[in-house]
Amino acid sequence: MHELGIAASILESVQKEAERHPNARITKVGVKIGELAGVDRDALQFGFEVLVKDTHWETLVLDLEYIPRTQRCPKCAYDFRMTDFDPRCPLCGELATECIRGEELDIAYMEVDE
Amino acid sequence: MNRIAVEKKVLNENQILANRLRERYQQNGVLCVNLISSPGSGKTALLERTLERMDKSSRVAVLTGDLQTENDAKRLAKFGFPVKQITTGGTCHLDARMIERHLEDWPLEDLDLLIVENVGNLVCPSSYDLGEDAKIVLLSTTEGEDKPLKYPSIFFKSELMLLTKIDLLPYVPFKADEARENARRVHPGMEIIDVSSTTGEGLHRWMEWLKLRQEKARVQGVAG
Repeated sequence: MHELGIAASILESVQKEAERHPNARITKVGVKIGELAGVDRDALQFGFEVLVKDTHWETLVLDLEYIPRTQRCPKCAYDFRMTDFDPRCPLCGELATECIRGEELDIAYMEVDE
Repeated sequence: MNRIAVEKKVLNENQILANRLRERYQQNGVLCVNLISSPGSGKTALLERTLERMDKSSRVAVLTGDLQTENDAKRLAKFGFPVKQITTGGTCHLDARMIERHLEDWPLEDLDLLIVENVGNLVCPSSYDLGEDAKIVLLSTTEGEDKPLKYPSIFFKSELMLLTKIDLLPYVPFKADEARENARRVHPGMEIIDVSSTTGEGLHRWMEWLKLRQEKARVQGVAG
């Protein structure tokens, strides 16, 4: 529902970056979407396409990378991908594990033709 | 072709504004809480009961968000505290810019507590930092007990869950234990308070929570 706004924010960042590199053409923007970001990737991709259509940015590719939720066990320092909302450490059973990845809503990179 | 690493938040502009708000709250010792839930979970009713219980000298203000109408602000203005409606005109969440704009004529040094009632929506408000000290999610007994699993983002990011409308438990199929367990699966150790805005049950615990957090914010404001 708010994906169009997110798409607009991504495009704004691209435009700002483009101003910094006036002789280059940005062809692709890579965005990380965490499991906990609350952003639907299909809706975002669709919103982005609608936004750039018939504009200077029509050929700009949006590359979305999904980041699954990863927990770290404070006792055995084991990192594991959380499945089925079970936060327990698969090695020692510790319940109070910490979320270390999965909240991302970050622009990771842009590709430029110089 | 050349790849440049960017590594910045998509909602960077919102984040900058939110950080600025957070700094201002801290400087002034203001506690800001952001109430989030589905439409109809009882945010406004909870606020009515909350304001009713506040001492008349309390320095509290409310910003209430909706797509349309001033109805909520009218309901909440009765208690004599400053209330402002933010009508988003269709936007499904509040963002930091809206908060900043609506705070323009409210000097923060005159406040101890700012309550933001977000637009009724469990998805989008979770992405937008408003500079608050704590997000608070409401889940009512007329919803499904699996809501925390369906909308994990907001339950993960909220510090406190208020289980509302508990007076209806005898009449609805809602399994409260399961709902609490689901919330804690998404967010281990999450604090949960059961409340009813109709009977008043549990509201003292919620008021106590607010008071404790306000005290903490005040001390931080003094220390800062």
